[in-house]
Amino acid sequence: MTPRRSVILDLCVQAEFHTLLLLSLYLLFAGHNQPGGGFAGGLVASCAFGLRYVAGGSSALSRSISIPATTFLGVGMLFAILTGCVSLLTGHEFLESAIFSADLMVLGTVKTSSVLFFDIGVYLVVLGMALLLLEQLGGADGTDPDEVQP
Amino acid sequence: MVEQAKMSVLLVLPIVLPLLAAALAIIAYNHRTLQRIVAVGALIAVVADSAFLLVAVERDGVQSVQMGAWPAPLGITLVVDMFSALMLVISMVTVLSVLIYAIGQPGVDHDQPVFHPVYLVMTAGVALSFTTGDLFNLFVAYEITLAASYVLITLGGRREQIRSGMTYIIINLLASTLFVVGIAWVYAATGTVNMADLAVKIAQLPSGTQTALSMFLLVVFGIKAAIFPLFFWLPDSYPTARMPVTAVFAGLLTKVGVYSIIRTQTLLFPQNRPSTILLVCAGLTMAIGVLGAIAQNDMKRILSFHIVSQIGYMILGLGLFSVAGVAGTVFFIFHQIPVKTALFLATGLVEQSTGSTALSKVGGMIRRTPLVAGLFLLAALSLAGIPPFSGFVGKLGIIQAGFGAGEYAIVGVSLVVSLLTLFSMIKIWNGVFLGTPEDPTLRLASATSEERLSTPVLMRGATVALVGVTLAIALFAGTLFDLSERAAQGLLDPSAYIQQVLG
Repeated sequence: MTPRRSVILDLCVQAEFHTLLLLSLYLLFAGHNQPGGGFAGGLVASCAFGLRYVAGGSSALSRSISIPATTFLGVGMLFAILTGCVSLLTGHEFLESAIFSADLMVLGTVKTSSVLFFDIGVYLVVLGMALLLLEQLGGADGTDPDEVQP
Repeated sequence: MVEQAKMSVLLVLPIVLPLLAAALAIIAYNHRTLQRIVAVGALIAVVADSAFLLVAVERDGVQSVQMGAWPAPLGITLVVDMFSALMLVISMVTVLSVLIYAIGQPGVDHDQPVFHPVYLVMTAGVALSFTTGDLFNLFVAYEITLAASYVLITLGGRREQIRSGMTYIIINLLASTLFVVGIAWVYAATGTVNMADLAVKIAQLPSGTQTALSMFLLVVFGIKAAIFPLFFWLPDSYPTARMPVTAVFAGLLTKVGVYSIIRTQTLLFPQNRPSTILLVCAGLTMAIGVLGAIAQNDMKRILSFHIVSQIGYMILGLGLFSVAGVAGTVFFIFHQIPVKTALFLATGLVEQSTGSTALSKVGGMIRRTPLVAGLFLLAALSLAGIPPFSGFVGKLGIIQAGFGAGEYAIVGVSLVVSLLTLFSMIKIWNGVFLGTPEDPTLRLASATSEERLSTPVLMRGATVALVGVTLAIALFAGTLFDLSERAAQGLLDPSAYIQQVLG
């Protein structure tokens, strides 16, 4: 018997998917001074893709994202480490943080720190890790037992 | 100012470069050549960097940097003293040789896109363990190393690998949990996890609390270092992995545990007389390890038990708590890392050309592959401590220190163990390199053409290089022993270390 796709779940996931991604970005940027951060943001983004997987199996997942999960992992690591190296190159200690503020007209003065870039790296690593898990444990070898027919 | 900036770079590179290379290698997931270039390039740079660090420490004493510029007791400090620098140099040389060996061996990195990234992450973890000056950061370093080692030990996914991999993972998770609990206790008692700060604050605690913390950390690192009675997991799990992985684990990972024991016992819980518990552990580790080795009939398993046995010597030298003893230990670890790895690499060459490492199946290798036989012999004699090889210098240093401290019983044990080590090396020699193969189904027995016995040139080259390193250690034993003595003085009188970190 081929399992049938649940319409309710499908529609809910479609409605939630982008909202969750937006929330994850909010958490990422809010993270420095408020609850959130790269790790929490990355987890929320992973949940969004996890829901896609639950609703439609690994084919739905691969349709919604075309970049390999390993690239997320690698780029995330690069981001995090290079953030540390930038301070080293400018004559400070490894991972030393700096604070920037910019006047963004309507938004007012926005203050951010170089930790943000480290957090973006963490976000990408967490997301890449989750995608890799879904890909590897979810039947990436083409014999997906849970493949759901629309 | 410029000096300090340069030092900041030199000190973080052994951790940053492998991680950076790992990131690039995972992006180049399906481009093996690119992965290889990145990995080898990064490790060559790290070897050069550690050599610079050793020179800097030799010239200017202990070096440190505060990561993120947070001042010492609060932030994470990286510290390199003579002991760390020596360990860093030799372990990075070993890691590089094994990487080249692994690239040469068919089927190790070729079918495994994750091999290079994971191997590099493990290297970063090992480098961080040797350079961190913070107890909690040491835990992080362990976790980085272990997470990578879980992947490496089960790489290939054969049935027995998964089974023994489970043992390995469970025992290490248990040890890690205990480690965190131990750190929590230390923090509860002192309010700090910076090791230099701890050295000052632990000394002010009541002696009962000190003993409890000291023993707890000894158990945690004892599991990692495989000292008696916490060694049982090692001979079970190591031999099942692919040979380059087994070799690098055998050479490095237990030594990271020993390093941590030495660092914590000398810096946090200093003593000025021999520690009975360490000496008893050392004796039992040596004896049980070598007896286990004698009972085995497979090269990999014999050598795995010898890892345990040799750990005993290192603990013995430390347990004496004298400059001579600790210097012997430092030199011994320095020699042991490449020797042990070289032995496993030579065993890998035997396995590669015959398809087996069982003493009963393989035989007559000396006629077929004299190079492998020669490499194994040199490393084996060094392991057994035959003069003029490097093992002799290390053992002599430890044994003389034992006599100096009047610990005749333990010295006696170590001498007997040395003889038994020689015995089991001869057993391998007779079984594998002399005699004739008993199992006609093996490739070796049926092979008539030379090409079947030949091994990839990179595998041989890497083994030759590492055996060359062990011979160089014997050749420059005088200089290295002087450095080891300075390392030991720094360990037993950590005032320079504390001064450098806390300022």
